[in-house]
Amino acid sequence: MMDQTKRAGNGGAGRSQIGAGTSTRKKRAESDWDPAAGRLIAVEGVDGSGKSTQLHLLEQWLRHQNLKVFKTEWNSSETVKEITSRGKKKGLLTPTTFSLLHATDFADRYERNILPLLEAGYFVLADRYIFTAYARDIVRGCHPGWVRKIYSYAAKPDVTLYFRVPVDVAVSRILAGRPKLKYYEAGMDMNLSNDPYESYRIFQGRIVEQYESMVESEGLIAIDANRGIEEQQVEVRARVTKLFGEGGTGQMATGALRGYGQR
Amino acid sequence: MASDNPELEDDDQEAVRRPYSMPPVTPASLGKEGGKRKLRFYGHGMPYLKDLEVKGHLIVIEGPDASGRSTHTTTIQAKLEADGHAVLGTGLKRSELISEGIIEAKGNLGVGKRTLSLFYAADFADQLENKIIPALEAGYVVLADRYIYTLMARNNVRGIERRWSRSLFGFTPIPDLIFYLDVKPEELVHRVFQKNSILDYYESGMDIGLSDDMYKSFLIYQGKMAKEFEKMKKLFGLQFIDGNRAIEQVDADLQARIDGFLNRQR
Repeated sequence: MMDQTKRAGNGGAGRSQIGAGTSTRKKRAESDWDPAAGRLIAVEGVDGSGKSTQLHLLEQWLRHQNLKVFKTEWNSSETVKEITSRGKKKGLLTPTTFSLLHATDFADRYERNILPLLEAGYFVLADRYIFTAYARDIVRGCHPGWVRKIYSYAAKPDVTLYFRVPVDVAVSRILAGRPKLKYYEAGMDMNLSNDPYESYRIFQGRIVEQYESMVESEGLIAIDANRGIEEQQVEVRARVTKLFGEGGTGQMATGALRGYGQR
Repeated sequence: MASDNPELEDDDQEAVRRPYSMPPVTPASLGKEGGKRKLRFYGHGMPYLKDLEVKGHLIVIEGPDASGRSTHTTTIQAKLEADGHAVLGTGLKRSELISEGIIEAKGNLGVGKRTLSLFYAADFADQLENKIIPALEAGYVVLADRYIYTLMARNNVRGIERRWSRSLFGFTPIPDLIFYLDVKPEELVHRVFQKNSILDYYESGMDIGLSDDMYKSFLIYQGKMAKEFEKMKKLFGLQFIDGNRAIEQVDADLQARIDGFLNRQR
Protein backbone atom coordinates (compact mmCIF):
# COMPACT_ATOMS: atom_id res chain seq x y z
CA MET A 1 0.00 0.00 0.00
CA MET A 2 1.38 3.35 -0.94
CA ASP A 3 2.59 5.17 2.08
CA GLN A 4 1.71 8.76 2.59
CA THR A 5 4.18 11.43 1.59
CA LYS A 6 5.97 13.32 4.31
CA ARG A 7 4.76 16.67 5.36
CA ALA A 8 6.94 19.53 4.21
CA GLY A 9 9.00 20.81 7.08
CA ASN A 10 10.59 24.16 7.70
CA GLY A 11 13.16 24.93 5.00
CA GLY A 12 15.77 25.22 7.70
CA ALA A 13 15.15 21.93 9.43
CA GLY A 14 16.13 21.83 13.03
CA ARG A 15 16.17 25.57 13.55
CA SER A 16 13.73 27.07 15.98
CA GLN A 17 12.90 29.91 13.61
CA ILE A 18 9.23 29.79 12.82
CA GLY A 19 8.61 30.62 9.22
CA ALA A 20 5.38 32.29 8.39
CA GLY A 21 2.80 29.61 7.63
CA THR A 22 5.26 26.76 8.02
CA SER A 23 3.82 23.48 9.14
CA THR A 24 5.51 21.86 12.06
CA ARG A 25 3.35 18.76 11.92
CA LYS A 26 5.32 15.58 11.85
CA LYS A 27 4.54 12.46 9.93
CA ARG A 28 2.42 10.17 12.01
CA ALA A 29 2.68 6.43 12.07
CA GLU A 30 -0.59 4.92 10.96
CA SER A 31 -1.04 3.19 14.25
CA ASP A 32 -1.08 6.24 16.45
CA TRP A 33 -3.98 8.11 14.94
CA ASP A 34 -4.78 11.03 17.11
CA PRO A 35 -8.46 11.91 17.09
CA ALA A 36 -7.59 15.56 17.68
CA ALA A 37 -5.32 15.90 14.68
CA GLY A 38 -6.50 17.29 11.39
CA ARG A 39 -6.22 15.51 8.09
CA LEU A 40 -5.47 16.99 4.70
CA ILE A 41 -7.04 15.25 1.74
CA ALA A 42 -6.48 16.55 -1.74
CA VAL A 43 -7.98 15.63 -5.07
CA GLU A 44 -6.24 16.29 -8.34
CA GLY A 45 -6.97 15.74 -11.98
CA VAL A 46 -7.88 17.66 -15.10
CA ASP A 47 -11.20 19.42 -15.42
CA GLY A 48 -13.80 16.83 -16.32
CA SER A 49 -12.10 14.03 -14.39
CA GLY A 50 -14.93 14.01 -11.87
CA LYS A 51 -12.74 14.85 -8.91
CA SER A 52 -15.01 17.57 -7.58
CA THR A 53 -17.99 15.26 -7.54
CA GLN A 54 -16.02 12.67 -5.65
CA LEU A 55 -14.76 15.23 -3.19
CA HIS A 56 -18.25 16.47 -2.59
CA LEU A 57 -19.47 12.96 -1.82
CA LEU A 58 -16.53 12.42 0.47
CA GLU A 59 -17.33 15.64 2.24
CA GLN A 60 -20.93 14.56 2.81
CA TRP A 61 -19.80 11.23 4.15
CA LEU A 62 -17.36 12.78 6.59
CA ARG A 63 -19.92 15.31 7.78
CA HIS A 64 -22.32 12.48 8.32
CA GLN A 65 -19.82 11.04 10.78
CA ASN A 66 -20.05 14.32 12.64
CA LEU A 67 -16.46 15.10 11.82
CA LYS A 68 -15.30 18.66 11.41
CA VAL A 69 -14.79 19.22 7.72
CA PHE A 70 -13.69 22.16 5.62
CA LYS A 71 -13.43 22.28 1.87
CA THR A 72 -11.15 24.64 -0.01
CA GLU A 73 -10.98 25.26 -3.73
CA TRP A 74 -8.28 26.47 -6.06
CA ASN A 75 -8.25 30.17 -6.92
CA SER A 76 -10.78 31.08 -4.32
CA SER A 77 -9.04 33.76 -2.30
CA GLU A 78 -11.16 36.87 -2.47
CA THR A 79 -8.17 39.14 -2.07
CA VAL A 80 -6.40 37.78 -5.07
CA LYS A 81 -9.32 36.82 -7.24
CA GLU A 82 -10.17 40.26 -8.48
CA ILE A 83 -6.65 40.95 -9.56
CA THR A 84 -6.25 37.66 -11.29
CA SER A 85 -9.43 38.18 -13.28
CA ARG A 86 -8.43 41.71 -14.15
CA GLY A 87 -5.11 40.49 -15.41
CA LYS A 88 -6.68 37.65 -17.31
CA LYS A 89 -9.01 40.01 -19.14
CA LYS A 90 -6.14 42.15 -20.29
CA GLY A 91 -4.14 39.15 -21.48
CA LEU A 92 -1.20 40.54 -19.58
CA LEU A 93 -0.25 37.62 -17.46
CA THR A 94 3.06 36.00 -18.15
CA PRO A 95 3.79 32.49 -16.87
CA THR A 96 5.82 33.81 -13.95
CA THR A 97 3.24 36.39 -12.92
CA PHE A 98 0.44 33.88 -13.34
CA SER A 99 2.30 31.36 -11.25
CA LEU A 100 2.97 33.90 -8.51
CA LEU A 101 -0.63 35.07 -8.38
CA HIS A 102 -1.80 31.52 -7.91
CA ALA A 103 0.88 31.08 -5.29
CA THR A 104 -0.41 34.19 -3.54
CA ASP A 105 -3.96 32.85 -3.60
CA PHE A 106 -2.79 29.56 -2.18
CA ALA A 107 -0.68 31.22 0.50
CA ASP A 108 -3.67 33.27 1.59
CA ARG A 109 -5.87 30.20 1.92
CA TYR A 110 -3.11 28.23 3.53
CA GLU A 111 -2.14 30.77 6.15
CA ARG A 112 -5.70 31.71 7.03
CA ASN A 113 -7.70 28.54 6.51
CA ILE A 114 -5.88 25.35 5.78
CA LEU A 115 -3.13 25.40 8.38
CA PRO A 116 -5.19 26.75 11.29
CA LEU A 117 -7.96 24.28 10.53
CA LEU A 118 -5.56 21.37 10.38
CA GLU A 119 -4.14 22.40 13.68
CA ALA A 120 -7.64 22.63 15.08
CA GLY A 121 -8.30 19.03 14.07
CA TYR A 122 -10.42 19.52 10.95
CA PHE A 123 -10.56 17.36 7.88
CA VAL A 124 -9.46 19.75 5.21
CA LEU A 125 -10.55 18.74 1.74
CA ALA A 126 -8.70 20.48 -1.03
CA ASP A 127 -10.17 20.54 -4.50
CA ARG A 128 -6.81 20.88 -6.20
CA TYR A 129 -3.64 21.44 -4.25
CA ILE A 130 -0.01 22.28 -4.97
CA PHE A 131 0.21 19.60 -7.66
CA THR A 132 -2.14 21.66 -9.81
CA ALA A 133 0.37 24.50 -9.59
CA TYR A 134 3.22 22.19 -10.46
CA ALA A 135 1.40 20.85 -13.51
CA ARG A 136 0.06 24.13 -14.87
CA ASP A 137 3.11 26.28 -14.20
CA ILE A 138 5.53 23.75 -15.63
CA VAL A 139 3.41 23.32 -18.75
CA ARG A 140 3.55 27.10 -19.14
CA GLY A 141 7.33 26.99 -19.01
CA CYS A 142 8.24 27.83 -15.45
CA HIS A 143 11.21 26.02 -14.01
CA PRO A 144 10.06 22.91 -12.08
CA GLY A 145 12.52 23.45 -9.24
CA TRP A 146 11.43 27.03 -8.86
CA VAL A 147 7.75 26.16 -8.72
CA ARG A 148 8.25 23.40 -6.18
CA LYS A 149 10.29 25.61 -3.92
CA ILE A 150 7.56 28.23 -3.83
CA TYR A 151 5.18 25.70 -2.30
CA SER A 152 7.75 23.97 -0.12
CA TYR A 153 6.41 25.57 3.07
CA ALA A 154 3.04 23.90 2.66
CA ALA A 155 2.14 20.64 4.36
CA LYS A 156 1.86 17.70 2.01
CA PRO A 157 -1.56 16.06 2.05
CA ASP A 158 -2.20 12.92 4.07
CA VAL A 159 -3.58 11.51 0.88
CA THR A 160 -3.78 12.88 -2.64
CA LEU A 161 -6.24 11.25 -4.97
CA TYR A 162 -5.43 11.72 -8.62
CA PHE A 163 -8.40 11.07 -10.83
CA ARG A 164 -6.96 9.48 -13.88
CA VAL A 165 -9.04 9.63 -16.99
CA PRO A 166 -8.11 9.59 -20.68
CA VAL A 167 -7.67 13.17 -21.85
CA ASP A 168 -10.29 12.82 -24.56
CA VAL A 169 -12.89 11.66 -22.07
CA ALA A 170 -12.22 14.60 -19.75
CA VAL A 171 -12.12 17.11 -22.57
CA SER A 172 -15.35 15.92 -24.16
CA ARG A 173 -17.11 16.14 -20.80
CA ILE A 174 -16.13 19.79 -20.58
CA LEU A 175 -16.66 20.70 -24.19
CA ALA A 176 -19.94 18.83 -24.49
CA GLY A 177 -22.07 21.95 -24.51
CA ARG A 178 -19.65 23.96 -26.70
CA PRO A 179 -19.05 26.33 -23.80
CA LYS A 180 -17.09 29.53 -24.25
CA LEU A 181 -13.58 28.80 -23.12
CA LYS A 182 -11.65 31.56 -21.43
CA TYR A 183 -8.31 32.65 -22.84
CA TYR A 184 -6.01 31.27 -20.18
CA GLU A 185 -8.25 28.30 -19.48
CA ALA A 186 -7.75 27.18 -23.06
CA GLY A 187 -4.03 27.79 -22.84
CA MET A 188 -4.26 30.34 -25.65
CA ASP A 189 -1.29 32.21 -24.22
CA MET A 190 0.90 29.29 -25.20
CA ASN A 191 0.22 29.46 -28.93
CA LEU A 192 -0.73 25.83 -29.19
CA SER A 193 -3.45 26.47 -31.72
CA ASN A 194 -5.59 29.28 -33.05
CA ASP A 195 -8.66 27.27 -32.26
CA PRO A 196 -9.54 27.49 -28.56
CA TYR A 197 -10.91 23.96 -28.45
CA GLU A 198 -7.87 22.48 -30.08
CA SER A 199 -5.68 24.57 -27.81
CA TYR A 200 -7.59 23.32 -24.78
CA ARG A 201 -7.17 19.73 -25.87
CA ILE A 202 -3.44 20.06 -26.29
CA PHE A 203 -3.10 22.01 -23.06
CA GLN A 204 -5.01 19.42 -21.03
CA GLY A 205 -2.95 16.68 -22.63
CA ARG A 206 0.22 18.31 -21.38
CA ILE A 207 -1.25 18.73 -17.92
CA VAL A 208 -1.99 15.02 -17.84
CA GLU A 209 1.62 14.29 -18.78
CA GLN A 210 2.74 16.35 -15.82
CA TYR A 211 0.38 14.58 -13.44
CA GLU A 212 1.49 11.19 -14.67
CA SER A 213 5.12 12.09 -14.12
CA MET A 214 4.29 13.04 -10.54
CA VAL A 215 2.35 9.96 -9.48
CA GLU A 216 5.33 8.11 -8.17
CA SER A 217 7.56 11.00 -7.12
CA GLU A 218 4.83 12.79 -5.21
CA GLY A 219 3.00 9.73 -3.97
CA LEU A 220 -0.29 10.45 -5.71
CA ILE A 221 -2.88 7.69 -5.56
CA ALA A 222 -4.24 7.18 -9.03
CA ILE A 223 -7.95 6.50 -9.09
CA ASP A 224 -9.42 5.07 -12.26
CA ALA A 225 -11.91 7.81 -13.06
CA ASN A 226 -13.33 6.00 -16.02
CA ARG A 227 -15.70 4.08 -13.78
CA GLY A 228 -19.09 4.87 -12.32
CA ILE A 229 -19.42 7.47 -9.61
CA GLU A 230 -20.41 5.06 -6.87
CA GLU A 231 -17.66 2.62 -7.71
CA GLN A 232 -15.10 5.37 -7.46
CA GLN A 233 -16.52 6.65 -4.21
CA VAL A 234 -16.14 3.24 -2.61
CA GLU A 235 -12.47 3.36 -3.38
CA VAL A 236 -12.17 6.97 -2.27
CA ARG A 237 -13.71 6.14 1.10
CA ALA A 238 -11.50 3.10 1.49
CA ARG A 239 -8.41 5.19 0.85
CA VAL A 240 -9.48 7.83 3.33
CA THR A 241 -10.38 5.29 5.96
CA LYS A 242 -6.82 3.98 5.83
CA LEU A 243 -5.75 7.31 7.27
CA PHE A 244 -7.22 6.32 10.57
CA GLY A 245 -4.99 3.35 11.24
CA GLU A 246 -6.01 -0.07 12.46
CA GLY A 247 -9.58 0.02 13.62
CA GLY A 248 -9.68 3.78 13.61
CA THR A 249 -12.95 4.90 15.00
CA GLY A 250 -14.55 1.57 14.32
CA GLN A 251 -17.51 3.17 12.74
CA MET A 252 -15.39 4.70 10.05
CA ALA A 253 -13.38 1.63 9.33
CA THR A 254 -16.30 -0.66 8.85
CA GLY A 255 -19.83 0.53 9.40
CA ALA A 256 -19.73 3.61 7.24
CA LEU A 257 -18.54 1.74 4.21
CA ARG A 258 -21.17 -0.86 4.46
CA GLY A 259 -24.24 -0.27 2.47
CA TYR A 260 -22.76 2.29 0.12
CA GLY A 261 -22.82 1.18 -3.47
CA GLN A 262 -24.03 -2.23 -2.44
CA ARG A 263 -27.72 -2.13 -3.13
CA MET B 1 36.09 34.38 -1.43
CA ALA B 2 35.35 35.72 2.02
CA SER B 3 36.11 33.41 4.89
CA ASP B 4 33.28 32.31 7.16
CA ASN B 5 31.63 35.27 8.74
CA PRO B 6 30.01 34.43 12.06
CA GLU B 7 27.46 37.14 11.38
CA LEU B 8 25.99 35.26 8.50
CA GLU B 9 23.29 32.62 8.77
CA ASP B 10 24.15 29.14 7.59
CA ASP B 11 22.36 29.72 4.31
CA ASP B 12 24.31 32.89 3.70
CA GLN B 13 27.63 31.27 4.64
CA GLU B 14 27.01 28.74 1.96
CA ALA B 15 25.92 31.40 -0.44
CA VAL B 16 29.07 33.43 0.07
CA ARG B 17 31.12 30.33 -0.57
CA ARG B 18 28.99 29.17 -3.46
CA PRO B 19 26.11 31.45 -4.31
CA TYR B 20 23.28 29.69 -6.12
CA SER B 21 24.77 27.26 -8.55
CA MET B 22 27.13 29.67 -10.23
CA PRO B 23 30.38 31.29 -9.23
CA PRO B 24 29.87 34.63 -7.50
CA VAL B 25 28.22 37.07 -9.81
CA THR B 26 28.23 40.54 -8.44
CA PRO B 27 27.74 43.44 -10.83
CA ALA B 28 31.47 44.18 -10.75
CA SER B 29 32.27 40.77 -12.10
CA LEU B 30 29.97 41.11 -15.08
CA GLY B 31 32.69 43.03 -16.80
CA LYS B 32 32.59 45.62 -19.50
CA GLU B 33 30.16 44.62 -22.16
CA GLY B 34 29.14 47.19 -24.68
CA GLY B 35 26.50 46.29 -27.22
CA LYS B 36 24.25 43.28 -26.90
CA ARG B 37 24.79 40.79 -24.15
CA LYS B 38 22.93 37.91 -22.62
CA LEU B 39 20.78 38.76 -19.61
CA ARG B 40 21.87 36.89 -16.51
CA PHE B 41 19.60 35.84 -13.71
CA TYR B 42 20.01 35.11 -10.04
CA GLY B 43 18.52 31.69 -10.40
CA HIS B 44 16.63 29.79 -13.03
CA GLY B 45 15.32 32.96 -14.60
CA MET B 46 12.36 32.49 -16.90
CA PRO B 47 13.04 29.44 -19.07
CA TYR B 48 10.33 30.35 -21.52
CA LEU B 49 12.19 33.52 -22.50
CA LYS B 50 14.74 32.16 -24.90
CA ASP B 51 17.99 33.85 -25.87
CA LEU B 52 17.34 37.10 -24.11
CA GLU B 53 19.78 39.75 -25.27
CA VAL B 54 19.83 43.26 -23.91
CA LYS B 55 21.53 46.50 -24.79
CA GLY B 56 20.40 48.57 -21.82
CA HIS B 57 21.55 48.69 -18.22
CA LEU B 58 19.75 48.03 -14.98
CA ILE B 59 20.57 50.35 -12.11
CA VAL B 60 18.96 49.80 -8.76
CA ILE B 61 18.61 52.27 -5.92
CA GLU B 62 17.68 50.63 -2.66
CA GLY B 63 17.02 52.02 0.75
CA PRO B 64 14.31 52.48 3.35
CA ASP B 65 11.33 54.75 3.01
CA ALA B 66 12.34 58.40 3.28
CA SER B 67 15.98 57.62 2.54
CA GLY B 68 15.66 59.82 -0.53
CA ARG B 69 15.36 57.17 -3.19
CA SER B 70 12.59 58.80 -5.14
CA THR B 71 14.23 62.20 -4.94
CA HIS B 72 17.54 60.94 -6.21
CA THR B 73 16.02 58.69 -8.83
CA THR B 74 14.15 61.66 -10.31
CA THR B 75 17.26 63.83 -10.36
CA ILE B 76 19.39 61.12 -11.87
CA GLN B 77 16.82 60.32 -14.51
CA ALA B 78 16.71 63.94 -15.59
CA LYS B 79 20.49 64.15 -15.81
CA LEU B 80 20.80 60.92 -17.75
CA GLU B 81 18.16 62.01 -20.20
CA ALA B 82 19.93 65.33 -20.62
CA ASP B 83 23.03 63.30 -21.42
CA GLY B 84 21.14 61.51 -24.15
CA HIS B 85 20.22 58.23 -22.48
CA ALA B 86 16.75 56.76 -22.76
CA VAL B 87 15.66 56.13 -19.19
CA LEU B 88 12.82 54.17 -17.65
CA GLY B 89 11.94 54.54 -13.98
CA THR B 90 10.23 51.65 -12.16
CA GLY B 91 9.33 50.85 -8.58
CA LEU B 92 7.67 48.39 -6.22
CA LYS B 93 3.90 48.62 -6.06
CA ARG B 94 3.79 50.48 -9.34
CA SER B 95 2.55 47.62 -11.41
CA GLU B 96 -0.62 48.61 -13.18
CA LEU B 97 -1.92 45.16 -12.71
CA ILE B 98 -1.45 44.47 -9.10
CA SER B 99 -0.60 47.58 -7.16
CA GLU B 100 -4.17 48.23 -6.14
CA GLY B 101 -4.36 44.74 -4.79
CA ILE B 102 -1.27 45.21 -2.69
CA ILE B 103 -2.64 48.37 -1.21
CA GLU B 104 -5.85 46.58 -0.34
CA ALA B 105 -3.98 43.65 1.10
CA LYS B 106 -1.87 45.92 3.23
CA GLY B 107 -5.01 47.61 4.42
CA ASN B 108 -6.47 44.25 5.31
CA LEU B 109 -4.50 43.32 8.37
CA GLY B 110 -5.60 39.72 8.15
CA VAL B 111 -3.29 39.03 5.24
CA GLY B 112 -0.44 36.74 6.18
CA LYS B 113 3.27 37.41 5.74
CA ARG B 114 3.80 34.84 3.10
CA THR B 115 0.78 35.98 1.17
CA LEU B 116 1.95 39.57 1.14
CA SER B 117 5.45 38.54 0.13
CA LEU B 118 4.10 36.59 -2.82
CA PHE B 119 1.87 39.46 -3.79
CA TYR B 120 4.91 41.72 -4.00
CA ALA B 121 6.76 39.10 -5.97
CA ALA B 122 3.89 38.83 -8.45
CA ASP B 123 3.81 42.61 -8.83
CA PHE B 124 7.54 42.59 -9.37
CA ALA B 125 7.37 39.84 -11.97
CA ASP B 126 4.68 41.76 -13.81
CA GLN B 127 6.82 44.89 -14.00
CA LEU B 128 9.86 42.90 -14.86
CA GLU B 129 8.38 41.18 -17.86
CA ASN B 130 6.16 43.95 -19.12
CA LYS B 131 8.42 46.93 -18.52
CA ILE B 132 11.95 46.29 -17.36
CA ILE B 133 13.04 43.54 -19.71
CA PRO B 134 11.55 45.09 -22.84
CA ALA B 135 13.22 48.38 -21.90
CA LEU B 136 16.56 46.65 -21.43
CA GLU B 137 16.16 44.91 -24.77
CA ALA B 138 15.50 48.28 -26.38
CA GLY B 139 18.64 49.79 -24.86
CA TYR B 140 17.12 51.84 -22.05
CA VAL B 141 18.81 52.62 -18.80
CA VAL B 142 16.35 51.28 -16.28
CA LEU B 143 16.38 53.05 -12.94
CA ALA B 144 14.72 50.79 -10.45
CA ASP B 145 13.45 52.42 -7.29
CA ARG B 146 14.01 49.34 -5.09
CA TYR B 147 14.46 45.79 -6.26
CA ILE B 148 14.33 42.33 -4.70
CA TYR B 149 16.66 43.19 -1.83
CA THR B 150 14.05 45.15 0.10
CA LEU B 151 11.59 42.33 -0.51
CA MET B 152 14.03 39.73 0.75
CA ALA B 153 14.98 41.84 3.74
CA ARG B 154 11.33 42.28 4.63
CA ASN B 155 10.79 38.55 4.41
CA ASN B 156 13.85 37.76 6.50
CA VAL B 157 12.89 40.17 9.26
CA ARG B 158 9.49 38.51 9.33
CA GLY B 159 10.89 35.04 9.80
CA ILE B 160 10.37 33.72 6.30
CA GLU B 161 13.12 31.27 5.36
CA ARG B 162 15.99 32.90 3.51
CA ARG B 163 16.43 30.04 1.10
CA TRP B 164 12.81 30.29 0.16
CA SER B 165 13.08 33.98 -0.64
CA ARG B 166 16.23 33.55 -2.64
CA SER B 167 14.75 30.73 -4.63
CA LEU B 168 11.60 32.76 -5.19
CA PHE B 169 13.52 35.64 -6.73
CA GLY B 170 15.59 33.37 -8.92
CA PHE B 171 13.57 34.67 -11.86
CA THR B 172 15.08 38.15 -11.57
CA PRO B 173 17.97 39.55 -13.61
CA ILE B 174 21.21 40.56 -11.96
CA PRO B 175 21.44 44.36 -12.08
CA ASP B 176 24.45 46.24 -13.39
CA LEU B 177 24.66 48.59 -10.42
CA ILE B 178 23.05 48.39 -7.01
CA PHE B 179 23.12 51.31 -4.62
CA TYR B 180 21.89 51.26 -1.06
CA LEU B 181 21.08 54.56 0.60
CA ASP B 182 22.32 54.03 4.11
CA VAL B 183 20.55 56.32 6.56
CA LYS B 184 20.57 55.94 10.35
CA PRO B 185 17.13 54.97 11.71
CA GLU B 186 17.17 58.01 14.01
CA GLU B 187 17.66 60.26 11.01
CA LEU B 188 15.13 58.34 8.96
CA VAL B 189 12.33 58.81 11.40
CA HIS B 190 12.73 62.57 11.19
CA ARG B 191 12.57 62.46 7.44
CA VAL B 192 9.45 60.34 7.58
CA PHE B 193 7.80 62.87 9.86
CA GLN B 194 8.80 65.69 7.56
CA LYS B 195 7.18 63.87 4.68
CA ASN B 196 4.10 62.42 6.25
CA SER B 197 3.80 63.22 9.93
CA ILE B 198 2.67 59.64 10.46
CA LEU B 199 4.54 56.36 10.50
CA ASP B 200 3.52 53.62 8.12
CA TYR B 201 2.35 50.46 9.89
CA TYR B 202 4.41 48.02 7.87
CA GLU B 203 7.47 50.22 7.60
CA SER B 204 7.42 50.37 11.39
CA GLY B 205 7.19 46.61 11.62
CA MET B 206 4.02 46.84 13.67
CA ASP B 207 2.76 43.63 12.13
CA ILE B 208 5.50 41.66 13.85
CA GLY B 209 4.85 42.96 17.31
CA LEU B 210 8.23 44.51 18.05
CA SER B 211 6.71 47.06 20.36
CA ASP B 212 3.35 48.52 21.19
CA ASP B 213 4.88 51.91 20.65
CA MET B 214 5.05 52.73 16.98
CA TYR B 215 8.06 55.00 17.27
CA LYS B 216 10.07 52.38 19.14
CA SER B 217 8.87 49.74 16.75
CA PHE B 218 10.03 51.82 13.79
CA LEU B 219 13.52 52.16 15.18
CA ILE B 220 13.83 48.48 15.97
CA TYR B 221 12.42 47.44 12.62
CA GLN B 222 14.58 49.77 10.56
CA GLY B 223 17.57 48.62 12.56
CA LYS B 224 16.80 45.02 11.63
CA MET B 225 16.32 45.96 8.00
CA ALA B 226 19.65 47.77 8.00
CA LYS B 227 21.31 44.64 9.38
CA GLU B 228 19.79 42.61 6.58
CA PHE B 229 21.23 44.97 4.01
CA GLU B 230 24.58 44.77 5.70
CA LYS B 231 24.45 41.01 5.21
CA MET B 232 23.43 41.38 1.60
CA LYS B 233 26.22 43.82 0.82
CA LYS B 234 28.79 41.20 0.02
CA LEU B 235 26.38 38.62 -1.30
CA PHE B 236 24.97 40.88 -3.94
CA GLY B 237 27.61 43.54 -4.36
CA LEU B 238 25.62 46.46 -2.99
CA GLN B 239 27.31 49.84 -3.05
CA PHE B 240 26.55 51.60 0.22
CA ILE B 241 25.97 55.32 -0.14
CA ASP B 242 25.99 57.50 2.95
CA GLY B 243 22.48 58.91 2.80
CA ASN B 244 22.89 60.92 5.97
CA ARG B 245 24.53 63.71 3.96
CA ALA B 246 22.89 66.63 2.19
CA ILE B 247 20.82 65.86 -0.90
CA GLU B 248 23.31 67.49 -3.28
CA GLN B 249 26.21 65.47 -1.93
CA VAL B 250 24.32 62.19 -2.27
CA ASP B 251 23.20 63.16 -5.77
CA ALA B 252 26.74 63.97 -6.79
CA ASP B 253 28.02 60.69 -5.38
CA LEU B 254 25.42 58.61 -7.17
CA GLN B 255 25.74 60.52 -10.41
CA ALA B 256 29.50 60.14 -10.44
CA ARG B 257 29.31 56.40 -9.96
CA ILE B 258 26.62 55.97 -12.57
CA ASP B 259 28.34 58.17 -15.12
CA GLY B 260 31.58 56.32 -14.46
CA PHE B 261 29.90 53.02 -15.12
CA LEU B 262 28.05 54.12 -18.26
CA ASN B 263 31.16 55.68 -19.69
CA ARG B 264 33.04 52.44 -19.22
CA GLN B 265 30.39 50.66 -21.26
CA ARG B 266 31.15 52.66 -24.38
